[in-house]
Amino acid sequence: MSGNMKITLKVWRQRNTKTNGQLVTYQLNDISPDMSFLEMFDVLNEQLITKGEDPVAFDHDCREGICGMCSMFINGRPHGPKSKVTTCQLHMRSFKDGDTIVVEPWRAAAFPVIKDLTVDRTAFDRIIAKGGYISVNTGNAQDANNLPIPKPDADKSFEAAACIGCGACVATCKNSSAMLFVSAKISQLALLPQGQVERVARAKNMVAQMDAEGFGNCTNTGACEIECPKGISLENIARMNREFYVANLKE
Amino acid sequence: MSNTSKNFLQSSIGKKLVMGLTGLFLISFLLVHCFLNSFIFFNDGGLMFNIGATFMAKNWIIRAMEIVLFIGLIWHMVQALILTMENSKARPVKYAVNNASANTKWYSRSMGVLGSLLLLFLVVHLANFWVKSRFTGLPGEDANGNENLYAVMQETFHIGWIIAVYLGGCIALAYHLLHGFPSAFQTLGWNHPKYNRLILITGTLFSVIIPLIFAAMPVSMYFGWVN
Repeated sequence: MSGNMKITLKVWRQRNTKTNGQLVTYQLNDISPDMSFLEMFDVLNEQLITKGEDPVAFDHDCREGICGMCSMFINGRPHGPKSKVTTCQLHMRSFKDGDTIVVEPWRAAAFPVIKDLTVDRTAFDRIIAKGGYISVNTGNAQDANNLPIPKPDADKSFEAAACIGCGACVATCKNSSAMLFVSAKISQLALLPQGQVERVARAKNMVAQMDAEGFGNCTNTGACEIECPKGISLENIARMNREFYVANLKE
Repeated sequence: MSNTSKNFLQSSIGKKLVMGLTGLFLISFLLVHCFLNSFIFFNDGGLMFNIGATFMAKNWIIRAMEIVLFIGLIWHMVQALILTMENSKARPVKYAVNNASANTKWYSRSMGVLGSLLLLFLVVHLANFWVKSRFTGLPGEDANGNENLYAVMQETFHIGWIIAVYLGGCIALAYHLLHGFPSAFQTLGWNHPKYNRLILITGTLFSVIIPLIFAAMPVSMYFGWVN
């Protein structure tokens, strides 16, 4: 794939968690407007490897916007300038020929840089392990009509469940707060009958783990909702607040 | 699942609730303060205003609420300071480029700065009126025999730089409220498509109207519209 765009990239290079990093400038001359942002990085890395340099480490997996692996803080916004897309769904036609693009990793104490643009997001996994599930003995498949669920509840639950855990909410929040992520994970279960049994402990434990991981405090600026590639609503944070208050009143 | 959570007031959501509730309490104070001070607009040489001021000074419930008010104010400030320090620790390395204006309002990001400006204003404001009314004494009585706080107002609001400080305080208050009012309801968990518009419109009107009325007081005295 070749093209006609010239791009100046300023990429954060950092050897490992312990060392300090800095922005390094690269010139790219053959960028197609139809490339995805990650494919543009593939081109850069091929050039670096050919020259015998260390390629830029960045996270990616499905490259179709559903896995939540790709990150990158592009020109001051997570997943770049478009709304409701992940970095793999961002195309070079969103930029102009001759543009300078600054690419940084997610920045949060709870997301330490592993190398270059990859950060350690296992803090999210530890929060999920504290209650982002339901304990159930799986036997034979039940009759689907055993558990009637109102359509609006099912819709709201599914909207919350669309969260792919990419961490854009933390990255863009001026406080590095993880409340949009945690609230989506609490909400998707709180809205369904299957989530009721562990509802109280879930709210308390997941919030406690979120606090223990060193995420900041939410100040309701609303940046997370706007930058979320899946459009997770602030309504979920309000629901998490309610869940947490009720949970604390119950015990 | 076992319960591993800590003290409610030490949790992130508990601290957020403290900010929201103390904020709403301070908003309720603003309403009372604004209503009583508007008595100057009777333009009767301050007779009505001094009746209100004397009632507030003599009533023991109001005296007790004054203590609660200071506790609420200090709690709001101390909690904000703690949250600000924690939040700054949550991002040790800052972004080289951060296009924050793409997804947030400047005043939503500047609550700490706006609050600090309000604190500076409060120092001047309390020195102007509260200290004189409670401690150093007021200059005589009006025609009704009430303590003449109105005379202090007239005197204070004929000094140019004080007018500037009060107008600055009103602007800081307006933007602080513009974020704080709806934010408090979100924190309480009151986010519902049916009521969000109502909260936002009420909050915006409150944030504009109350500071405007407050600003009208020094301005109208300075220009002699109220005397």
